Parts: sequence; C-alpha cells; structure tokens
Amino acid sequence: MNDPILEAKNIEKWYGPTPALRDMSLVIGRGEIVAVTGPSGCGKSTLLHCLSGILRPDQGSVQFQQRDITNVSEATRSRLRRTAFGVLFQFGQIVPELTAVENVTLPLQLGGSRFRDAAVRAQRLLDRLGVGDLAGKRPGEMSGGQQQRVALARALVTEPEVLFADEPTGALDSLAGEQVMVELVRLAGDHGTTVLVVTHNVQVAAYADREITMRDGQLETAGQVTVAGEAR
Amino acid sequence: MSTTHALLGILAGQGISHGYELKREHDRRLLGVKPLAFGQMYTTLARMLRDGYIAEAAHQRVGGPDRVAYRLTTDGRVELDNWLSEAVPPAAYISAQLFVKVLVALVATPDEATARSFLATQRAAHLARMRELTQVKTAGGASVTELAVADYLLNHLDADLRWMATTLDRIGQLRAEVQA
Repeated sequence: MNDPILEAKNIEKWYGPTPALRDMSLVIGRGEIVAVTGPSGCGKSTLLHCLSGILRPDQGSVQFQQRDITNVSEATRSRLRRTAFGVLFQFGQIVPELTAVENVTLPLQLGGSRFRDAAVRAQRLLDRLGVGDLAGKRPGEMSGGQQQRVALARALVTEPEVLFADEPTGALDSLAGEQVMVELVRLAGDHGTTVLVVTHNVQVAAYADREITMRDGQLETAGQVTVAGEAR
Repeated sequence: MSTTHALLGILAGQGISHGYELKREHDRRLLGVKPLAFGQMYTTLARMLRDGYIAEAAHQRVGGPDRVAYRLTTDGRVELDNWLSEAVPPAAYISAQLFVKVLVALVATPDEATARSFLATQRAAHLARMRELTQVKTAGGASVTELAVADYLLNHLDADLRWMATTLDRIGQLRAEVQA
C-alpha cells in the first residue's frame, strides 16, 4: 500500500442505543480506490460520513494525512470538505435552479475563485465527462446519468485528495452507471485521487483496487478470513 | 464437476464404505447433483485406487458375490483437503462445481469452517476476475463486442457471488440437511 492518507482507529458511532460502527479500524493508501460493501444497515454509509468529516465518531479517531481530524473545529471540517474532500451521493446533490456549469463552479466560488475562472475549469471537466454540451442546461433537462456526471464534475473540480462516493450508481441504469464509474476511475487515476466508494453492488466494487466488507458495524471476517486484509 | 472428489468427500464422511453405499450416499447427500451411474462410479473407484487415494479395507459377502469396502488413504485425505481449499477458476456456468464443493465440505468435515473458508476463497477469486474484466472497460480502446463479452461474464460472476452470500447465510441449515 502507498502512504496512508486516511486512517480510522477504533471508531464507534451510535444512533441512540443502536451501534452503527463498532471498534472499526482501517487504513487507506494514497491513490487507492477502495470499495466498502455489505448489506443494508451494516454501517458503510456511516463509515463514509465519519471518514469524510460529515459525522463525528463517538469514540476513536480519524486521521487525514496523519493529522487527527476527529476533534477539529466545524470550520476546519467544512474547509476540508470543500477543498481536500469531494463527495458524490446517489442523487439529489446538484442544485436544480442552477445550470450544470454553475453547479460545478459552486465549490470553487465558495473557495474564493472568480466565476469566470471557475467556469473555465468546470467546462473543461464537463467536456471530459462527455456532458460539455449540457453546460447551460438545468438538471431537470438532463437524464439521471447526465446529472450524475455533472455531480461527479462538481465533486472533482477542486481536485480533492479523496473522493467519497456513496452508492454513486444506485439511481442509474447499468449502462449509465458504467459510464459514471469508468469516468470516475479514469479521472481519479489521472489525478492520483484516493477514492472510497460505498456500494451494495459487486459490479461497482469491481472497479476498486480493494474491497472492504462490513457487517453489523464491523469489518466482516467471512469464513474467518479477513476480507479487507487490513488494519485490525 | 469432479466425481473423484465428491466420492472422496463421501468416503471421508462415511468411513469405510463399499461401492453401492457410496453411490447411494452420493445421490442422497449431494442433492441437486446428477445421480452417479454405476459404470462411472466403478471406473472412478478404479482410478482412485490406482492413484492411491483409497485402499481396499475389507471384502464383504452379503448373499451374492464379494463386495469390496474402501477406506480413504492419507494421500486421499490430502487430495480432498487441497481440492476443498482451492477456488474454482471463475467463469460462467460453474455453479455445479461450486455447489458440490460446498456440499462435500459439509459432508467431509466436522463443522462449517471448511465450507465457509472455501466460500471466502471463492469470493476473493471471483472478485479478482471481476476486477480484470472491469479493467477492460476502464482501460479504454475496447470494442463494443469486447465490452459485451465482459458484461456477460461479469453478470454471471455477480450471480455466483449473490448465491455465495445467500449460501453463507444458510450454511448451518444446509449442513444439518446434508449431515442428516
């Protein structure tokens, strides 16, 4: 494995009396594409939210580039999410009132870029993802697959260190899902982006270099063989 | 599907058995697998004797002619254990082989650990093959025909993986049934 970029150490997360993550530890190397799989409710999305700073674990720590980000201020976590992390969800993350190019420029503008500069980068990325001709269209005028490629462009426009993708093809038919995954892997490879993709779909997991399987908030050890092969 | 290994597994579970018993147990325990023809069974037993996987344990006479009872040899046990620990090469239409391995593992060993371990090994082999096939898509330059072939194989391997997951969930019940 390359240098560790992201590390969870014995993290726990509870929703009331229900444990979502139990003593979960793992290491993700720089530039790795890692799939987190497991049945519904096994805690894989909670893991992604804890690693990306959306949620704070109740116990344990999360380290990004060997720096503890568990207890940093909300402002620092927001900045990390805006600059170092990109997030791609199943659906509903692009703003319906904005055009594709406006959606993609949003993270850059929040970081202080001028619209004109941001729009050049956004257009370049939209072109690369095969939706450049939709730059002036709003999400309602696009197919689900096109919307998800715009969302991918928005997640990657800041050239984040880590891309977190939660069921990125879950709302798409198989061919549209394939187009999103193929572009995601190619772009991540070109920029050395680390990717953590949560999925229940084994065919999506096959795009990853490595699979981590979860069950009941923990790494699964199917047949007593640690599927993740990492850090426990 | 390997008749040799299925018979080795039955013999491991039964102890000493003669040919007719082996066939009967094969057909009864390996539910869903094609019944074994007598001719095929005796040919296979002869080959297993030749390879040193089984040995004659006794000659029994019950009314008619002598019947030979067989036992597993150390080499036979090693061969069986090796087979049970190896993944089947991931490809389309291997469900019968996967099924037989799981059932034989449950018949031939005292608990579920071997079957679970095999399924984990097989899952890893399937995923590795699926990664190779997926690289056809991400590498670029593949023809539509090559993509279609990859899709076909990926979908079959995906189906196998779903079956493995469900079978792991049912392994206790399955063991109880084949051991009965």
